Amino acid sequence: MTEPGDSYQDFELKLLLSAVQEKYGYQFGSYARASLIRRVKRHMKMSGVQHISDLIPLFLHDESAFAVFVKDMSVVVTEMFRNPDFFKSLRENIVPILKTYPFIKIWHAGCASGQEAYSMAILLDEEGLLDRCQIYATDFNDQALRHAKSGIYPEAEMALYEENYRKTGGKKELSDYFHRGYDSVKFNGRLADHITFANHNLVTDGVFGEMNLILCRNVLIYFNQELQDRVLQLLFDSLCSRGVLCVGKRENILFSSIGNQLEVTDRDQRIYRKGN
Amino acid sequence: MSDGVLVIGASAGGLSALESLLLELGSCFSYPVIITKHLASGDEEGLSKFLGKTSPLPVSIAYDKQKMVDNHVYLAPGGYHLQVEDRETLSLSIDAPVCHSRPSVDVLFQSAADVFGTQVVGVLLTGANKDGAEGVRAVKQAGGLTIVQNPETAEVPTMPKSAIATGCVDHVLDLSDMAVCLKSKNFKPET
Repeated sequence: MTEPGDSYQDFELKLLLSAVQEKYGYQFGSYARASLIRRVKRHMKMSGVQHISDLIPLFLHDESAFAVFVKDMSVVVTEMFRNPDFFKSLRENIVPILKTYPFIKIWHAGCASGQEAYSMAILLDEEGLLDRCQIYATDFNDQALRHAKSGIYPEAEMALYEENYRKTGGKKELSDYFHRGYDSVKFNGRLADHITFANHNLVTDGVFGEMNLILCRNVLIYFNQELQDRVLQLLFDSLCSRGVLCVGKRENILFSSIGNQLEVTDRDQRIYRKGN
Repeated sequence: MSDGVLVIGASAGGLSALESLLLELGSCFSYPVIITKHLASGDEEGLSKFLGKTSPLPVSIAYDKQKMVDNHVYLAPGGYHLQVEDRETLSLSIDAPVCHSRPSVDVLFQSAADVFGTQVVGVLLTGANKDGAEGVRAVKQAGGLTIVQNPETAEVPTMPKSAIATGCVDHVLDLSDMAVCLKSKNFKPET
């Protein structure tokens, strides 16, 4: 492993990212440093190499080794109805707004393994809105998208998901929405029918339709300040007039470049509306 | 920009240990103080209020890309890892739990060691798992100072014991002696 405080560390990281961009087109140069270093170091340990620069020949000549790294770069560990208070606020404050639209477009930007998109579909179903909703769930990682599309999650996680669901003011049992398999569950196809899973890279791709509601929770934390600002602009430009934007509970966007164009709907739960 | 950071890790039994450490540390400590205490998502509000009542330094829950200031206490929110991003900034992640914990002490300590090297002071308090041991190793390897609560007097000894077993601990101290040691600012590790 690279020693902490290794003076070549930043230099080697720069070389690695530039090699990756040159060969595969992925731009990780504006990712937040601490999380990036952590992932690179974990990968070094897995590959049994000593220096960050040792990963360069590995990634250049072994595409499958790089594929593992890309997957690792997008893996986060989240849950259904993460921060139940947020979903409760959506139900109480945002659903009434959505009900005024004849057709509703929702975008989960950076959906990872899809738990949030299914949570949203369930909430909309209970509010009688699902049939006039189109949910888009995007990620830059195809493997994550495949998982998300399958709607299959470990049974062991259901207790937590169920508890979260109840706290959001859920009207049924979460188990009404899935079938049990061996040690996993599969969410009803009816939910997935309203979700389009698609590849979209927030770093390199452009504006994504005119959305009534955009959720980008705990995605910006992986970007540096400059990239955060750029992506926030992209999200802002993808909102319809008076559209709703939600970010993670511990993300602060009021001081960002779009901060003064947003109205605060729920400060604690980080729910905003595009200003007039 | 800070000259260094004080990072503190705690788990079971950490509430009263943190309360008394912050109280004794007073307001004359010149680094940002960054605390990861194991807690469930949402419980950070209660912890912040509890510590804020008695701490001479202002206490707040860290948010992503927050700029650090000296003489301020930052708490890791539940369900996130808290990291030192660079010499001015904190950051969060929702990567997998480490030692079954998110926030994890290892993640905080390793990121602090990576950024601040010799200018890190790592303090590990009471707790029931081994999170923090690898963090203490990272701080020590980067040339920082490591202090661990005496397992004999810690409410739960597992966490301090696991850290001591790494052989990377500079001082094993009772809670009451920690603040004195920190305030003496004799940050040179005894090697």
